[in-house]
Amino acid sequence: MTTKQPFNKVKTPRESRVHERYLRHSKKFPNVWCAGCGIGIVMGSIIRAIDDLQLDKNDIAMISGIGCTGRMPVYVDFNTMHTTHGRALAFATGLKMVRPEMKIIVVMGDGDALAIGGNHFIHAARRNIGLTTIVVNNTTYGMTGGQYSPTTPTDAIASTAPYGHIEQPFPIAELAAVSGAAFVARSTVYHVRELEKYIAQAIEKEGFTVVEAVSYCHTTLGRINRWGTAPDMMRRLKEQSVTRRQADGMSEEEKQGLIVRGVFVDRAVPEYTQLYDHIIERAEAEVA
Amino acid sequence: MTTEPSARLMQGDAACAEGAIAAGCYFFAGYPITPATEIAEVLARRLPQVGGRFIQMEDEIASIAAVIGAAVGGAKAMTATSGPGLSLMQENIGYAAMTEIPCVIVDVQRLGPSTGRPTSPSQGDVMAARWGAHGDHPIIALCPSSVRETFDLTVQAFNFAELYRTPVILLLDEVIGHMRERVTLPSPEEIELVERPSTTVPPEWYKPYENFPADVPPLMPFGTGYRYHITGLHHDERGYPTNRSDEVQPWLDRIFRKIERSLSEILLYDADGIENAETLIIAYGATARSARYAVEKARKRGREVGFLALKTLWPFPEEVVEHAAARLHRVVVPEMNMGQIALEVERVIGRHKVRRVNRADGEMIQPAQILAAIEEWA
Ligand SMILES: Cc1ncc(C[n+]2csc(CCOP(=O)(O)OP(=O)(O)O)c2C)c(N)n1
Ligand code: SF4
Repeated sequence: MTTKQPFNKVKTPRESRVHERYLRHSKKFPNVWCAGCGIGIVMGSIIRAIDDLQLDKNDIAMISGIGCTGRMPVYVDFNTMHTTHGRALAFATGLKMVRPEMKIIVVMGDGDALAIGGNHFIHAARRNIGLTTIVVNNTTYGMTGGQYSPTTPTDAIASTAPYGHIEQPFPIAELAAVSGAAFVARSTVYHVRELEKYIAQAIEKEGFTVVEAVSYCHTTLGRINRWGTAPDMMRRLKEQSVTRRQADGMSEEEKQGLIVRGVFVDRAVPEYTQLYDHIIERAEAEVA
Repeated sequence: MTTEPSARLMQGDAACAEGAIAAGCYFFAGYPITPATEIAEVLARRLPQVGGRFIQMEDEIASIAAVIGAAVGGAKAMTATSGPGLSLMQENIGYAAMTEIPCVIVDVQRLGPSTGRPTSPSQGDVMAARWGAHGDHPIIALCPSSVRETFDLTVQAFNFAELYRTPVILLLDEVIGHMRERVTLPSPEEIELVERPSTTVPPEWYKPYENFPADVPPLMPFGTGYRYHITGLHHDERGYPTNRSDEVQPWLDRIFRKIERSLSEILLYDADGIENAETLIIAYGATARSARYAVEKARKRGREVGFLALKTLWPFPEEVVEHAAARLHRVVVPEMNMGQIALEVERVIGRHKVRRVNRADGEMIQPAQILAAIEEWA
């Protein structure tokens, strides 16, 4: 990956420990994540993407729901809100309506975004409201201990599927695409530079944008299924993923079980709060 | 709409919407439900006229979430629903109480439980308004009994929400919501508005949940340079999660204190003829209209009847009721439910003094029923 084109807007070599400038230092926060978890990598990617875009911290809000992923906002020095399980996008919608100039980043786990919050996810995409959604897809409920989630692979063992999982997983990126999002991409926590690039593109783009960051949970679903240590699972992300271009030349059978990375949607759709400005113009004209 | 105060025929739901506009409401999110839909319909038209924003969300959970999000952005914000929607909103109402984000939730009560009878009135959500969200928290709930009062109490609901950084529930019922009355609305100059407490301290000093010196710490909007954290977890004064019991209890004490210390402002009611009364009627909402009529009838028949019309239901006006009923042995509590405020009245003055008049079949309580209770006892 390191041989790829640099995408930084800032062409100078990146300072090491750039995240120090974006983390909160006003309290000694305990680290809630397990050693080796991929969520921290996603947080680092978001921070580096924001640094590359040179955004003002005051203009950024990070909003999350509940879960291991939901704990991310407390660490970063933005306007941050840790809401209720599944509802982050709805909270963010209200904030965006009254602060349309803000860059709002919504971080959710796969259960948060697609199970309890699935309705909000498709409707936020359909509205194309200017929010950047990062779904950390670890294919399970990490925080509550390895129950099956809407993205758990069929046949996996989960703590609530002791005899094997009989449901099929949601393809998050494809769901966002058909629901109307303006930008949709998928990468993994192994492909950090690519992930960073997609996140930066998603933040920059107007409208509802989604980046699915495929991760793993080695301490719950991974342990139950004997998928190995965090490095083992990281290796699986590397070996079991292909780019969209590679996938294009493959049969459906060959693609089975593979993670397809890339940008799935990048289209111009009018953003919701901008459309609403026209509503205000029309309404004001009516009373004038 | 003219701004000149002139009499007009207006529906309760519309008065609620106009009250919101008058109070400075900038954002509304809602989901259609009888008998509250008209509030959303009026605001969909009215809000953008005054530069505000309206959105119809995918459900009531999303509606209250969006309202809280907008309030965090600095807006005065409201949602409106009926019983089924109130049930769905409860988790996030608790979130608003926990995070001390001002917001107004209108519940135009219809007959429940469940889908019940959508177009029939009820006062069945009184306890749900108080205890519907899990966990200990104070709440303010107001209940109008006329179209004009609906306007006034909507303004008041916003004022209380902002002043005390709390969710406020406005309990209408189907009768009040759908009833049309001739009203004269106050002119903007006559309406007293309040803004939430704010501060000019440097952002690095800002503590959104400071317990002292004020009971209601300043709330700075997102996007204004004050970067902080909001969470539904128990939190310290800066808003960061805490597991320390010695940080949880002072916070809990404060959120109760901020309401209890201001009871004289928060408790709204009309009292009439209490001094010489032999029997006291305590009523609220649409039932207060039947009660007022019954009281007049009874007085014409020579009975000494006192009347206490409650506008603030939560916090329950304990001392007001205690004082009004002190000399009396007969208190009649009519309500369109199986006895909810009666439970509070009984708690305060004792069960044997209270005569309940209940009806939960979707019909209004008739003055005759209340009159009968007065007579039977006399
Ligand atoms: C309304 C509600 N239901 C259930 C829970 C319990 N709960 C906490 S986290 C969680 C699942 C989190 O899984 P996911 O969203 O995939 O995030 P992860 O922890 O894997 O990052 C659940 C069910 C809750 N907090 N609130
Ligand atoms: S439980 Fe899983 S998802 Fe949660 S922090 Fe640990 S490894 Fe990460």
